[in-house]
Amino acid sequence: MTLIVTDLSIARGGVPVLEGLSFSLGAGQALILRGPNGIGKTTLLRTLAGLQPPLMGQIEGAEDQIAYASHSDGLKPTLTVAENLNFWASVFGTHDIQRALDAFELNELADRHAGNLSAGQKRRLGLARMLVTGRPIWMLDEPTVSLDRHAVQMFADAVRAHLGQGGSALIATHIDLGLDGEVLDVGPNKAKPKPIDDFDGGFL
Amino acid sequence: MIALLLRDLKLAFRAGGGFGLGLAFFLIVTVLVPFSVGPQSSLLTTIAPGVLWLGALLACLLSLDRLLALDWEDGSLDLLATAPLPLEAVVTIKALAHWLTTGLPLVLAAPFLGVLLNLPVPGFSWLVISLLLGTPAMSVIGTFGAALTVGLKRGGLLLSLLVLPLYVPTLIFGAEVARRGATGMETQTPLLMLAGITAATVALLPFASAAVLRINLR
Repeated sequence: MTLIVTDLSIARGGVPVLEGLSFSLGAGQALILRGPNGIGKTTLLRTLAGLQPPLMGQIEGAEDQIAYASHSDGLKPTLTVAENLNFWASVFGTHDIQRALDAFELNELADRHAGNLSAGQKRRLGLARMLVTGRPIWMLDEPTVSLDRHAVQMFADAVRAHLGQGGSALIATHIDLGLDGEVLDVGPNKAKPKPIDDFDGGFL
Repeated sequence: MIALLLRDLKLAFRAGGGFGLGLAFFLIVTVLVPFSVGPQSSLLTTIAPGVLWLGALLACLLSLDRLLALDWEDGSLDLLATAPLPLEAVVTIKALAHWLTTGLPLVLAAPFLGVLLNLPVPGFSWLVISLLLGTPAMSVIGTFGAALTVGLKRGGLLLSLLVLPLYVPTLIFGAEVARRGATGMETQTPLLMLAGITAATVALLPFASAAVLRINLR
């Protein structure tokens, strides 16, 4: 279950953002995605998760393997923490939410409505969702937003445990998680307009 | 799939879920009609099937804009799209949940509201039958409209404009069944047409809704 990406080009809102991107992600590996704001990290993750088609290039090994966590957590405020997790567990056909509750220290909050949680607690719940999906490739878009230092550590431990079980992770983040993963800087892949003649070239 | 249905039902019944909103609207519309047209019972008898059908249709419309918009806003639509569930199943379940929380209560309430409009006795059973056959089509067509407008600001208004014309065939044949039933006429033809429209929309529209949703999620 290696994810192989070859010569990928993607667009956001019809404008190409990244081009010629190639990498592979094998079992037990983590890849940290870096690059300035607006470069297309989120678009890349959305493309790999299958939410939008690429302009060009191939993605192999992504089908039904990816658990995707976007900027928003997809939580229902009127359901409790346990109900939210149970829902995602049954959608993905797994039934054990205890491990996820333990990993993100949510046991005490299990019966609270998700709408009453703090931003950091919501984020922890959103990340705990990854554990109940049972999918091998995690794709996380800025997972540590609004987490405190202790929670970031909790998250890093969860990713490490996931990698130890043969999973893999692709994480777009701006902070150092202390994971021994490769760093993929997408900056050099920034799509640039191509000059048609010398006159165009003078402007670019 | 069952998990999604149960979650949607649970959300509808919890605070702010909007359950009963359509029902209350239906009640108010039918109560207001005698005030506006006057209390002649013969006139009310004539217009009762049409008014009840129109009231049910508008009540159905009321909760459509929340059908997919809430899931889109909190990001769970994206997550559902990457889950093992096909989007066709997601929209079908969403429509089913909408029917169970909006359509079915309207069907059950209609005979009681029929009394207020002096609906003739033979009309009651036909009213319930026609609504029972017609409301699923309204939920499925409404889901299609919700999929078209998901992610748009003020999409609710556009949704009504898109969906109301699509409701026309259902309204014509549904109200016709109720009207003919109330006046003791033969109901088979409009009933078959109504059933056919519902069967076709339930069979085909989920695919269209899912396709539209895929484009909208990009």
